[in-house]
Amino acid sequence: MGFLTGLLWLAAAIIAAMAAGWLFRTAAVAVTPRGVSKELKTAPLTASFGMLMIIIYILVAFLAPVIAPFSETEVVGPEFMFPGDDPAFVLGTDNLGRDMLSRMIYAARNTVGIAFVTTALAFIIGSVLGLLAAIVGGWLDQLLSRTVDVLMAIPALIFALLLLTIVGTSIINMILVIAVIDSTRVFRLARAVAMNIVVMDYVEAAKLRGEGLWRLITREILPNAMAPLVAEFGLRFCFVFLTISALSFLGLGIQPPTADWGAMVKDTATMITFGNVTPLLPAAAIALLTVSVNFVVDWQLHRASGLKE
Amino acid sequence: MSDKEVLLTIRDLRIEGRADEEWLEIVKGVDLTLHKGEVLGLIGESGAGKSTIGLAAMGFARDGCRISGGTIDFDGIDLRSASEAKRRGLRGKRIAYVAQSAAASFNPAHKLIDQYSEAPVQHGVMSRGEANNDAVELYGKMQLPNPDEIGFRYPHQVSGGQLQRAMTAMAMACRPDLIIFDEPTTALDVTTQIEVLSAIRDIVEQFDTAAIYITHDLAVVAQMADKIKVLLKGEEVEEADTRTMLNAPTQDYTKSLWAVRSHARPEQPPIEAGTTPVVSVKGVTAGYGTLDVLKNINFDIHARRTVAVVGESGSGKSTTARVITGLLPPREGEIQFNGQTLPADYRNRTKDQLRQAQMIYQMADTALNPKQKLRELIGRPAQMYLGLNGKALEERVRNLLDLIELEPDDYIDRLPSELSGGQKQRIGIARALAAEPQFIICDEVTSALDQLVAEGILKLLDKLQAEFDLAYMFITHDLATVKSIADEVVVMKEGVVVEQGPKSEMFQPPHDPYTELLLSSVPEMDPDWLDKLLEERAAGGAGAAVEGAGN
Repeated sequence: MGFLTGLLWLAAAIIAAMAAGWLFRTAAVAVTPRGVSKELKTAPLTASFGMLMIIIYILVAFLAPVIAPFSETEVVGPEFMFPGDDPAFVLGTDNLGRDMLSRMIYAARNTVGIAFVTTALAFIIGSVLGLLAAIVGGWLDQLLSRTVDVLMAIPALIFALLLLTIVGTSIINMILVIAVIDSTRVFRLARAVAMNIVVMDYVEAAKLRGEGLWRLITREILPNAMAPLVAEFGLRFCFVFLTISALSFLGLGIQPPTADWGAMVKDTATMITFGNVTPLLPAAAIALLTVSVNFVVDWQLHRASGLKE
Repeated sequence: MSDKEVLLTIRDLRIEGRADEEWLEIVKGVDLTLHKGEVLGLIGESGAGKSTIGLAAMGFARDGCRISGGTIDFDGIDLRSASEAKRRGLRGKRIAYVAQSAAASFNPAHKLIDQYSEAPVQHGVMSRGEANNDAVELYGKMQLPNPDEIGFRYPHQVSGGQLQRAMTAMAMACRPDLIIFDEPTTALDVTTQIEVLSAIRDIVEQFDTAAIYITHDLAVVAQMADKIKVLLKGEEVEEADTRTMLNAPTQDYTKSLWAVRSHARPEQPPIEAGTTPVVSVKGVTAGYGTLDVLKNINFDIHARRTVAVVGESGSGKSTTARVITGLLPPREGEIQFNGQTLPADYRNRTKDQLRQAQMIYQMADTALNPKQKLRELIGRPAQMYLGLNGKALEERVRNLLDLIELEPDDYIDRLPSELSGGQKQRIGIARALAAEPQFIICDEVTSALDQLVAEGILKLLDKLQAEFDLAYMFITHDLATVKSIADEVVVMKEGVVVEQGPKSEMFQPPHDPYTELLLSSVPEMDPDWLDKLLEERAAGGAGAAVEGAGN
């Protein structure tokens, strides 16, 4: 019976999610201008649900001080309270007696914000170098590509741990370290995409016209490489997000008392043995965002590839 | 012919294609009757629905297309209502298909003979051993060299013309009743085309196979077909016996197709001795790696003159253009512009030197940045070289659009994807003109276009030349284009200039043997042309002694 009920709950959750996606899409199509709504109409329900979730995460992150019932770091009650023990603490309290719900909300701000900045930085570094390598070619391409090969040969998480222990843990350092490591993947993609564009006649025409390197990159190549890069951005964002959470879980990421989903899982991990779901909540928040982003990315990739079913 | 049994009957065939979530009719009620052993030529411009109808004759519709109405009856079997399994049983066995690009249609990972025996073995017609023996026999009939061994090669080890013949042999493997040829010679050089055409015709006659021959080249279809059907935008224009159709077409559209290539440039007065040519190629030897693709090339191009550089694929025509533009610095020799030597590498040339020599590309699709609007595409050279900005720039772009006969208000904010093939090529021309050059290289600018559209482009180029005193270098493999636009001709083969001179001389005997081969290989509208040519070659004339570059 327990298994069946579980299945029923799962089915109900999926139906609810799709219904939410459908409602969101209908509403979005109604309020957006014509050009945008035409695109939105083609979004599958999964992507609509993903977009809805991402918007909710962003709203929560921006409005954290307004929504959260307590402050991020204040000890407000007894430790290890189960959800529902006290109506004041909807999701219970953590190992120090801080309100879980408030910390979850603030963590959205920290984790998502840092992940976004890191991914953006990784993309700027990776795509600029990748496009340069593709256009200039020769020794520059060799130098950059072989450096990237060396960096990619070291497992990312271990490399990040190593670098962070060398440079010391701080948020800035963490952003820089993860951005550099992740930019190697972006470099590979940007270079591969640009390689196919560089050989096009219009790039040759632009070169023969005497256009400079900067204009070649920004006007001729980048606009044509955007679709795969944007899709990759979504995927990279998920990976960066997971890396930050993993580093926090290991104690080298975002430092206490700043709330962070990864660290929150670590702090409350022991409670799982007492049948308390609290440690699973931040994990679920991570999972939901990752899935949502992937839904949207899948849709974008599908569009970019020009496939039609 | 019509006393024979009817093989294929198509009535009121309607096919829809999907674009932007909407179904549009692309074939609008076409009727077709084919008797056993008869060859029907389907001709029309791109988008006329030729290939779609050809595939529908097998009961097949491409992805994104569906057969929405009509009946297809093949030898008593209704292909539309037949089960997929039944249709699959027919395909390859009783109906076969020969695609345009054999190079892209063969599986590169298997030997030719294995791909040959796949269909007969699959359909249970022959055992593998029988099929292999049969392949050797058919390869011989297709006049392939070394029929015993050629099957054991991989597709990349065989030339394009041979591959196309191997594909025809493969289609013949089960001795089908009907073969559909979808532009089988379009991607080949003229000299190779002859061999493929004669081989296809022989084998179709020998086995009394019915065929649908799809092409846009009238001269080719005249050699192959018993009757011709002309299509326009998914509708039939007219159908008649080949000779009747060629001599007395009744519809205006057909007449316009026949009349195409009537454009001829008036003879230009000879160049006065001592004038400095705009571009002069002097003793150029160039190549990639250690291989010399060009060997000691010399020719001049004067203002208001068009020099056509002719040759088969691999002859070094496009490489010459790359040397002139500076993309490939030559090993020896130099390029002079108005008497001054240009730096060999385009990166060392001044802005003004770059401005003076512009290029128009073969594939307008890849030559125009798909993310830029026409305003920017055309405006950029004007902005860069002439320093125009704001109002003046917009004015200039509008003038250029007027020049290439596109309405500025309609087109200035369009993307290349919103244009037809011919319009894209016009944008390529406008972009070259925007730099106000003295010299333009046209690299096969009409070969990807339909004949009527190509005619329009040639006329436009001609008009612009007179207006702006341009010098053209016209790279092409199509001798009909040369006849209509060139003043001087340079014939190239394997990186060497075989013959050069004024057009009037070039098209008069005596010729260099290679020029003779090229000239005689251009199909003519006369249905007996191929027979006559083959006879003449058998007797040792018409360039029979020279090998085409394709083989």
